[in-house]
This record gives sequence, C-alpha cells and structure tokens, in this order.
Amino acid sequence: MNEMKKAVISVLGTDKKGIIAQVSRILYENDANILDISQTIVSGLFSMILIADISSEACSFDALKTELDALGDRLGVQIRTQRSEIFEAMHQI
Amino acid sequence: MHMINTSEILETLSMIDHQKLDVRTITMGISLLSCISEDEDKLCANIYDLITRRAENLVKVGREIERDYGVPIVNKRISVTPAALVTGAIKHPVKVARALDRAAKTAGVDFIGGYSALVQKGMTEADRRLIESIPEALATTDLVCSSVNVGSTRAGINMDAVRLMGDVVKQTAANTAASGGLGCAKLVVFCNAVEDNPFMAGAFHGPGEGDCAVSVGVSGPGVVKVALEGVKGASFDEVAETIKRTAFHITRVGQLVAREASRRLNVPFGIVDLSLAPTPAVGDSVAAILEEMGLEVCGTHGTTAALALLNDAVKKGGVMASSHVGGLSGAFIPVSEDIGMIQAAERGALSLEKLEAMTCVCSVGLDMIAIPGDTPAETVSAIIADEAAIGMVNNKTTAVRVIPAPGKVVGDSVEFGGLLGHAPVIPVRGFSAAEFIHRGGRIPAPLHSLRN
Repeated sequence: MNEMKKAVISVLGTDKKGIIAQVSRILYENDANILDISQTIVSGLFSMILIADISSEACSFDALKTELDALGDRLGVQIRTQRSEIFEAMHQI
Repeated sequence: MHMINTSEILETLSMIDHQKLDVRTITMGISLLSCISEDEDKLCANIYDLITRRAENLVKVGREIERDYGVPIVNKRISVTPAALVTGAIKHPVKVARALDRAAKTAGVDFIGGYSALVQKGMTEADRRLIESIPEALATTDLVCSSVNVGSTRAGINMDAVRLMGDVVKQTAANTAASGGLGCAKLVVFCNAVEDNPFMAGAFHGPGEGDCAVSVGVSGPGVVKVALEGVKGASFDEVAETIKRTAFHITRVGQLVAREASRRLNVPFGIVDLSLAPTPAVGDSVAAILEEMGLEVCGTHGTTAALALLNDAVKKGGVMASSHVGGLSGAFIPVSEDIGMIQAAERGALSLEKLEAMTCVCSVGLDMIAIPGDTPAETVSAIIADEAAIGMVNNKTTAVRVIPAPGKVVGDSVEFGGLLGHAPVIPVRGFSAAEFIHRGGRIPAPLHSLRN
C-alpha cells in the first residue's frame, strides 16, 4: 500500500504579518500540498498547526525542514517540521 | 482514515517540550560469537571490525529519526555477547575491554555494554579471569559497561561469585577514586539478568539472541507526573487507568522509533523496554510521581505500595502499544539519577532498607546508591546477596549498582556528572556479615510451590 506521506508543521511565536504566507510559499515551492490548517492568536501569541501532503516525488522532507527552520530563525518564531507518524502512532490504534 | 487533530498534536508537542518525553536509548545488540579466536590480537581485531561494521550507521540513523519525528533520542548504545563467552581461549580479557571501547568510540555511541559474565551456577576459568579484570577494565576505558549475573530463580545464588563481586566493586571504586568511584556506576551485579536489556550499565546481548537486533528503551516519568496532576484526589482505580493510558502513548513512540530504526538499519527489531527511566533534570523524576500520588516525600510509608501500582500500570499500558516487549520493563529507581530520589535521600526519608523494599515491586534494584567509602567488601557482598535473594525468590530481575565512594562518609555527596547525576552518601549497617560471606558455595534454588 502506498500511503500518503504527511508532515506536521507547528509554528509558535509573536504574531507578525506574513507568517502564513511565507510558510505556505515554502510548501508550494517544495511541491507539498496543504491538507489542513488551524491557527489562533491568543494575547499576541501566534500558533498554527498545518498538515501537508509531502508524498510528491519532487518533495524532500529534509529540504522542506531545512527551509522552514531557516524561515523560523528569520522571523524569530519557532517552526517545527515533523513526520506525521509520531502523532498517528501516539493517538491512533 | 482519521486525520490527526490539533489537540492531539498539541498534546504530543507539550509532552516533548515540557514533560521531557524522550526515547532514552536505541541499543544495537551484536553477537560476538563469530569473533572467537585463541589469538588475543586476532580476537580483538575481529571484535572491533564486526562492531564498527554493524554499528556503522547506528548514530546517523538515530539522528535522522530524531530529526524526522522531532522526538529526542538521548542515547545510542551497543550491547554485545557477554565477553566471558568469547575470551575462554585467551589470557588477558582486559584487551577485549579496550577493543570494545575503541569500537564504541569509532561508532560514536554513548556506551557499550557486555563486559559481562553469567555465573549464576558456576564460574569457568574464563569467567573468573574476566571478573577479576573488571576493576582494571573500567578504570582504563571510557565507554565500557560491565555486568555479572550471580543468581537466578532456577540456579540459586552463587555465593562464591557474590563474595568476589564485593571485592570487585571495592577495587573498581579504588581504581576510579579520582572521579568519586565513577567506575562503579558502570558495573551492575544481577540476579535473573535479562538477555535483551537496552539500558546501561547492565545491557548485554544474550547468548539466546540472534546476530544483531535493535531495541529501544522509552522514558517519560514527567509525562506520567503531569497526567496524574489532572486526577488529584481521585481513587487509585483512576490513578491506575491514567498511568496505563499515559504509558500506552509513551510506548507507541518507542515502538515507532524501534520499527523505523530496524527498517533503516536493516536489522531485526528486538524489543521495546517499557521503562520509566528518570534523569536528574527537574520534571523527569519517578520519585515525583510517587509524591504526586500523595506521599509527602518518596521513601515514607506507602512508597512501596505506590511504586507497585505505578510499575504494574506502566506494564499494562505499555504491553498493548508494542509488538515485542522485553528488557527490564518497569519503573527505575536509581538514586543519583532522579532529582526527587536525591532530595528524599538528603532529607533522610530514603534509607537503604526502604530502597530494598521498593526493589521487590519494581524494575531492577539498588541502583546508583553512594555508600561510605570504608564499607567493607563483605558488606557490599552481603548487600548483593540480599538483593539477589529478592530476585531469586520473587522470580524477577534484581540488581545492585552501589558506589562505595572513596574517602566519603555519610552526609557527603558524590558528583558523577551528566545523566548519572549526584548522590548523597547514605548509611549502611555497621554490623559485620564477613563470616556469612566467607562460607562460599551456593544458596540452592528456591521451591516454587507452597508459595507464601
């Protein structure tokens, strides 16, 4: 079975313009498809969880993670990119 | 298929960020039986070559898994066939210890375990040579860990070996006096040792294992503690259920990591060890879980019962989360490696006797306990004999890893650094067991009917 490969991208930090735009641009450039986004701002703290399909041959998890890590450093927010299996393993039987 | 939801993702992230969820170790077990030679240099070269070849990618793969899943993997380790089984034809087993140390350094792992002998019933000449070389081996290597199995439920207790190990522990402390007797932190005396334990210092790759296997030891006392904060005042039924659920989550991470490591290294999956292994960091303590259950301090009356519940619930929750469970599976209570245990010992709430009682109901035994430097070897042997008796009669693994800290007395503290932490020196009984220990021979295996 060829299961869909997914990445979970979580962003946490001070709210500023363009976080979602820049994260989604990197996803687009890496041929990843956004499956789900949830985003909130609580007293100035920006929090977003994004699930993306990274099954495309043109999409490398490592390259995507490296770019998003660098974006996080530039924006001064924490961006974490993880393979989705850890969440599925923990919460699904 | 169910899409993972935000709250589940946040729960996992919080466990990693704030509750110190990690995978404590990926341990590769390697059989050395194919290395045997009567030429010392050839044996050492064979061992070095085999280990460095098999474990070539272990650290790299560990780091990749860590990166992909965003979960810390604290240690990468190697365990090997008990060295006494491959040194039968040579005179100087300590050379093998040095070969193991070099191989571990080349592979880039944190520790290598298996400078070991299994002497629960009898001792070959090779076993004796190896055991007598342990103090030198531990003083002249950095990463080698050693263990000796002196008893089992089926064989009884080899009291000659117990006597010898008292001397070996003392000599190891003396040889590493400059670092507070650190060598003893790398030496475990077992009863009913398990063959697939991924945790140091007692890891070895048992003779019943295959050529190579990867096993994973999970951790996460902080996660259990936080979960219990949510059921303050609730009955034990609810406490047990909460621990089971939490252990299930933690173990699923271990299972995922083990499966991935096995696949990426192309090595069979061994087991997941369902252990709650503490570290000296705040929020990573098994003692804190027991205190969360309502004890003022770990070590007071009620501690044994609390630990029994914890240990059992961890296993029940973990077993369903993994396809193969093994190793030492249970809660660890190493004194120096657990900030809550350190504090309890410093407050005088935790005595050697209470620790001994606790080992009856949890994983392993008297672990990382500093005792006065002038403790006689026979007293160390007697402590080992008591602990082995608990293991033998109760059909469980027990172990002793005590540090008779050179020059230290009760009230002093010994600093080991890193994950090994620091330990207050706690008192031992001043009355002699010398005559008892010098009898030698074997304590017969216990009867397993008429159980009382």
